[in-house]
Amino acid sequence: MDILWLIPTLPLLGFTILVLSSGRMPREKARVVGIGSIALSFMTTLYIATQYYAAASHGLDHGAGFTVSLWPWIVAGDLNLNFSLYLDGLSLSMLFVITGVGTLIHIYASGYMWDDPDYTRFFTYMNLFVAAMLMLVLADNLVLMFLGWEGVGLCSFLLIGFWYKDPENGFAARKAFVVTRAGDTAFAIGLFLLFRELGSLEIQEILHRATDEWEVGANMPTLIAILLLGGAVGKSAQLPLQTWLPDAMAGPTPVSALIHAATMVTAGVYLIARTHPVFLLSPTAMTLVASVGLITLLIAGFTALNQWDIKRVLAYSTMSQIGYMFLALGVEAWDSSIFHLMTHALFKALLFLTAGSIILALHHEQDIRKMGGLRKQLPVPFWCFLIGSACLIALPPTSGFWSKEPILLAAWEVDPVFWAGAVLGAFLTAIYTTRLMILVFFYTPEGGPPETHEPKGWQLHPPLIILAALSLVAGAFHLPAADALPHAHEHHPPLWVEVTGILLPLVGIFIGYQVFLKEKWQGLRLANQQALRDFLAKGWGFDWLYDALLVKPFLTLARLNRNDLVDLVPKGVVVASTQCYYFFSRGQNGQLRFYVATMAAAAIMIISLALFT
Amino acid sequence: MTDAVIIDHAFILAAILFCLGLTGVLVRRNLVFVLISLEVMLNAAGLAFIAAGSAWGQADGQIMFLAVVTLGAAEVAVGLGLTLLLFRRFNSIDIDQLNKLKG
Amino acid sequence: MQLIGVIISLLAAGFLALALGQVSAKAARYSALAGLVVATVIFFPVLMLAITDANSVASTNSVWLAQASIDWIPRFGIHWLFAADGIAVVLIALTLVLGYISLLSAWNEITERCGLFYFCLLFTLAGVVGVFSALDLFLFFVFWEVMLIPMFLIIVIWGHENRYYAALKFFIYTQASSLLMLLAMLVLVHMHWQQTGMISFSWFDLLETDTSGSLGFWLMLGFFVAFVVKLPGVPVHNWLPDAHTQAPTPGSILLAGILLKTGAYGLLRFIFPLFPEAAASFTPIAMILGVISVLYAAKLAFAQNDIKRLIAYASISHMGFVTLGIFAWNMVSLQGTLVQMVAHGLSSAGLFAIAGLLQQRLHTRALDQMGGLWPQIPRLSALMMFFAIAALGLPGLGNFVGEFMVLLGTFQANPLAAILAALGMVLAPVYALIILQKGFFGEATADSKTSSDDLVSHEILMLAILVVGLIVLGFWPGLMTGLSERGMLDLMQLGIATGAGG
Repeated sequence: MDILWLIPTLPLLGFTILVLSSGRMPREKARVVGIGSIALSFMTTLYIATQYYAAASHGLDHGAGFTVSLWPWIVAGDLNLNFSLYLDGLSLSMLFVITGVGTLIHIYASGYMWDDPDYTRFFTYMNLFVAAMLMLVLADNLVLMFLGWEGVGLCSFLLIGFWYKDPENGFAARKAFVVTRAGDTAFAIGLFLLFRELGSLEIQEILHRATDEWEVGANMPTLIAILLLGGAVGKSAQLPLQTWLPDAMAGPTPVSALIHAATMVTAGVYLIARTHPVFLLSPTAMTLVASVGLITLLIAGFTALNQWDIKRVLAYSTMSQIGYMFLALGVEAWDSSIFHLMTHALFKALLFLTAGSIILALHHEQDIRKMGGLRKQLPVPFWCFLIGSACLIALPPTSGFWSKEPILLAAWEVDPVFWAGAVLGAFLTAIYTTRLMILVFFYTPEGGPPETHEPKGWQLHPPLIILAALSLVAGAFHLPAADALPHAHEHHPPLWVEVTGILLPLVGIFIGYQVFLKEKWQGLRLANQQALRDFLAKGWGFDWLYDALLVKPFLTLARLNRNDLVDLVPKGVVVASTQCYYFFSRGQNGQLRFYVATMAAAAIMIISLALFT
Repeated sequence: MTDAVIIDHAFILAAILFCLGLTGVLVRRNLVFVLISLEVMLNAAGLAFIAAGSAWGQADGQIMFLAVVTLGAAEVAVGLGLTLLLFRRFNSIDIDQLNKLKG
Repeated sequence: MQLIGVIISLLAAGFLALALGQVSAKAARYSALAGLVVATVIFFPVLMLAITDANSVASTNSVWLAQASIDWIPRFGIHWLFAADGIAVVLIALTLVLGYISLLSAWNEITERCGLFYFCLLFTLAGVVGVFSALDLFLFFVFWEVMLIPMFLIIVIWGHENRYYAALKFFIYTQASSLLMLLAMLVLVHMHWQQTGMISFSWFDLLETDTSGSLGFWLMLGFFVAFVVKLPGVPVHNWLPDAHTQAPTPGSILLAGILLKTGAYGLLRFIFPLFPEAAASFTPIAMILGVISVLYAAKLAFAQNDIKRLIAYASISHMGFVTLGIFAWNMVSLQGTLVQMVAHGLSSAGLFAIAGLLQQRLHTRALDQMGGLWPQIPRLSALMMFFAIAALGLPGLGNFVGEFMVLLGTFQANPLAAILAALGMVLAPVYALIILQKGFFGEATADSKTSSDDLVSHEILMLAILVVGLIVLGFWPGLMTGLSERGMLDLMQLGIATGAGG
């Protein structure tokens, strides 16, 4: 365990090397540093994992973790925070996802970005991101987690705006940063409240004290849980802070795969899982978590159906899948949630990277209306995308099925409404995924399939194939996360519930096949309902709402008060004294007789005042 | 006539003289007349001193009068000198035109 | 004695630079540098003493280091009384570091009347060191004025297009408010004389004055206004944007980096310890002012087009946290205030230094005339990004530690104020990122293409010092808070023990 600190340090070291070389490093070397640091970090994770399992087999306390204290960080008064790392099953699972998927995506990116003039800068940001993300999951106290939390937000900003020449990208990047920062602020206020109530910010300490001090259903844990949830929905693009994720697709595709599908957006899920004892104290907050997940997954599903940009479809589907994870958290299916996080990281990274290959083959074309019939031209992406889609739809026996099915069952146990919504979501997922598959690979547009060109670089295909293989078999994995979380209850719902959960996606595929390939049942496409389709495509008007409620008033205020109204006070003093000066200087007219007259008048006034008062 | 009546009359005369002088300063534009009017005012003040001094039987009033006379002489000397210079420079002793000191 | 040595060496070097400036600019520069080096060398033992003191577990020494007292005007109980506790040591160290930074930034920028410039620079530094170490109120006031006048000259002589207006505004604001302070000081001494029969301007003596009446409240207000103007806090902040915009780069660095800190230091050292009851009753209003500073200035910063004005408003926003932290008056918030002061000193110095470098290269400060600078001057752009994200409070850099501790401490005292001020965390990226977006990203404009050389070595050195400082402060704030802990603890107890309790 003593080399645990190496895991985040290695990517940080890579980042430092790349920064200090300040662009002078040839890209061959930058590639080695960029990938190497993550790969070494992955190997360290493997080594740590063997140690963890060895300790576990030697009778380690169930669910207990290791703490590695590095140095005292913020110390003042009652506040005593160490820079220390904490490893248990949950963080170990996250480490696997981040370093494993991260390494594959880095390898892919080294080919994908080869022609970019800012190759080194790309890997600089990516390494910093991985370091921050690892810090987030390894943090022993909430402030350190906040450090990673904001760090990934920064890297997300930098990478969304990576192609900075287009102001649109810059806008998307800032939007992502500011919207998530709003959630982060709620998170921070939650920390202040926790510190006031419990006098500590060490995670394990808090969790113990919380269960000792509060009863189930008390107000304080509910308030704190809701504030933490605020942070989680910001980072994980859930309602009501979901609007930044689709725009975040402005970044390069490997970024979308790593940050906006596999790792950063799941940080909210990790946060709630990490602090689950607090959430367990508050049934209200649990219901809220589940409801947020449910509503988000439905809204995102409907929106995905009406998108034409391949990356935006995937973005909305990410949002929707994270909705499933939140739903799972809300219905106390903790380990299913983390399991779905892992499988989703695999297959969504696969889908994004494959989409990246397609985009590259079509000279940066992302509109699916201009694709079609690519099955023959791009065989490897086709098969990979097919596997990824199968996982996304949760067809048995792919990993997606094994992770989603328990969530549906757990939802049934808590409330059939949750189950019904989740199944409806699965149905929608099947339709939009089928639509995507058909429009990209099967349906041949007029004038035949578009021209493709073979992307250069050997790095593109191996990560895809590895990810595809993992996506297929990951259902058999046993994650160490289960050790750190409460055990799920055994679910025995009626048979028809299980069957519906499996059959409805198949129905969805059939409908999608009929509508989009056979072009029947066109009424379902809402062809005549342009307004409704626009509404759905624009993400249910949330952008418009926030624009009208927050952005526009702020801009108006800023414009009206550009020159600082308070400045009018000193300016007013200046004007008043100038006016006084003009008034009095009129008396100074050089007329001797006027002076004498005023003197005499004043003398008379003073004398009469003295005499008559 | 009693002393009190004499002194009242003397003061009233002084006041009338002072007002005449002041009016002269205010209405005349010729610098020489202004100086003459000033002299009248000075002498009005001197008259008041004399009257007060004789009324209380003290020498202070006469001493002050001597000072006033000296002051008046000095003033006339300097004033006339300045008037002469001003006339040489501006070709006029109209004080309404000599207003270069305005703010 | 060392503290007097520091001040004298700075003053002497100032005169030397003035004299040598007649001969050559280079001589003036090097004599200024020499003065700073000598001052640093003299100060170093004090710093070491403070460090060993902080690390010894059960230190029985006084918290006051390097105390020196010489009679000045014995009849009125005025002494040359200097001493430094951990807080002052930290701030004097910051002053010296930023002295080097402003010297480096002046190196190429100031070409006219060099001797006079370095004279003013060193006098300002000496005044600030004096303010941080003087414990006689009269002496404090003298240094308060000493740092003001050379700064005024710096703006008036070497400033930009609208310098007279800005300098006068700066002078009038600070002068009027410091007269209030002088008045309050004299009345306080008078009060102390009535109560004890002893005339003394010594801070230690005046601590024992009973200031609980309504007069005490007005006196507190006098001090408060003087310090808040310097800080500055809304609504008396108006001099700062103008002064910053018009000042030459080294002037802006001094102004933002350390002159503002004297206001914060004054609040810390005088308000609560001298007037515990009055300060406690004033706390809600001060907190409201702090919150307004944070939010209002952040909103204004966003609307600015002049890059230096934007940074100036950002400074006001950051100083709002200082007001909050001081009036929360608990250990976490106070230590956080100190961290915030140092971190803001470093980050705003960096921002202003870069704004100055940009102005040298582009001859404009208007953001809408910049654009697409990143590919042309990547190093400068990357450093700008670093300081901008430091200013928006990214964890891992000093400003975050300061803001977090302040908010955490404030939340214990007044949750509502902390929550409102935390909204500043949302507004900060809005203004900080707009600099990057408008200036460095996007396509290059016609104006921004003209002349563009990336950083040269002494500029890199200057910025690297600040970068390292901010990172160290972000990851090892203990290095600094350890130094100030005992002094702060003492100060905090002074602020509550004698009175009703905050």
